[in-house]
Amino acid sequence: MELTGYQRKDGKFGIRNHVLVLPTVSCVNGVVNRIGREVPEAVCATHPHGCGRGGPRDVEILFRILTGMIHHPNVGGVVLVGLGCEVSNTKRLLPLIVDSGKPIEIFNVQEDGGSLATAGKGAAAARRILSEINSQPRVAFPWDQLLVAMECGGSDALSGVTANVALGAVSDRLVEKGATVIFGENTEMIGTAHVLARRAKDAQVAKQIEEMVGRAERITHEVMGDLAGLVISPGNMDGGMSTIAEKSMGCIVKGGSTTINQVVDYGEIPAEHGLILQDGPGYDGDSMAGLAASGAQLMFFSTGRGTPVGFPALPVIKVASNTRIYQAMKEDMDVNAGSLVEGRPLNQLQAEMIDLMIRVINGEKTKAEVNGMEVLTFMTVHPPF
Amino acid sequence: MEENILIIHPRDNVAVALRTIEAGEQALAQGMKGFPASEDIPASHKIALRNIAEEEEIIKYGETVAVSIRPIKKGEWVHTHNLESKRWKR
Repeated sequence: MELTGYQRKDGKFGIRNHVLVLPTVSCVNGVVNRIGREVPEAVCATHPHGCGRGGPRDVEILFRILTGMIHHPNVGGVVLVGLGCEVSNTKRLLPLIVDSGKPIEIFNVQEDGGSLATAGKGAAAARRILSEINSQPRVAFPWDQLLVAMECGGSDALSGVTANVALGAVSDRLVEKGATVIFGENTEMIGTAHVLARRAKDAQVAKQIEEMVGRAERITHEVMGDLAGLVISPGNMDGGMSTIAEKSMGCIVKGGSTTINQVVDYGEIPAEHGLILQDGPGYDGDSMAGLAASGAQLMFFSTGRGTPVGFPALPVIKVASNTRIYQAMKEDMDVNAGSLVEGRPLNQLQAEMIDLMIRVINGEKTKAEVNGMEVLTFMTVHPPF
Repeated sequence: MEENILIIHPRDNVAVALRTIEAGEQALAQGMKGFPASEDIPASHKIALRNIAEEEEIIKYGETVAVSIRPIKKGEWVHTHNLESKRWKR
């Protein structure tokens, strides 16, 4: 079955054609919510950032995530809602998005008559862009234009045994077909740097992996002190995980077993194909934003305790690690990897997941999409001023 | 009989209990002969697939995840009481 999507001016392909309504700063989230109530077809991505953090790393991340959302291939057009006095104001964002090749309309609450008037203008703009892009046809695109993210969150003792093993099998198949697979969560690589480095494309990538995981381990110790050992928690141990390396193996297995071709920074767009690692945090929401800003069109997300979270403009396929949570959260789960425990062969589950993924690429909605579970939040490294 | 343990990688010397296995009960994985659990194995915990010497590596996912601190017999529960982390003392 072929993959179809919407061709963008930069040569990429989106698997959705959304109008994104994006606030530059949390102060105008209410305006964006009003637009969302008026134009429910638009994807409204409120978030808690945009100002109050001045460190160079936080500013870099802020601009990278906001521009990553705007340039995202699944986004066909954008209504950008600013305030006026914020760090990531629309004047500073404009040079970074002016060449996006998609319709973008920009409003600022301080210049456009306050919140209600801006919401009205924004809603009209969202409708205009929707009618402009609705006629764009889907076209076939090759596997090497597909970037799939692998994520795990709300894990249980079976996550590393069933769901992440299934994600790994899917990762291997995707790389074999020429697609690109990316996963992050550097805190969940602690204790396995040597395993990942051994699979690096060359000595430079191996060194980057060692440095990334070493940094994650050092920061964990700095921040948590004597509690660093809780990265593997008593709950993890009750679940049968004996060491941090064992826990981390259960996480990194979701990337499969192929050569690691590149390490990218948080939200950085990969230059290589095949398997890519992201130097990003373990917390689901922050991790997802980094993977999305890197251009992933689609995400597999494994969970054992059960989380409903989705992501704006990005279909998220939820994979349950056990049959109990698959049944208990049936409206949230797309795949039951707990079936492996009941004797289902891994290659059958892998084929089911690839088949579902192709249907999702071609337009079938995931449970998180149907339910409207999108959340946008992203990493910061310093406290606010 | 139904399979009640899962071997993740062919190199592994431990398997994962898919449900609680009681002492004396047969542990059975896909494509291998059953063997008795010598003690209770809690669900999602590890059971030794063969005799493991003291200071031998514990292999899961085809990789070293720990080192044994005393000899472990086939069928025994493998956890923090008979292994240690190679890296962090937990």
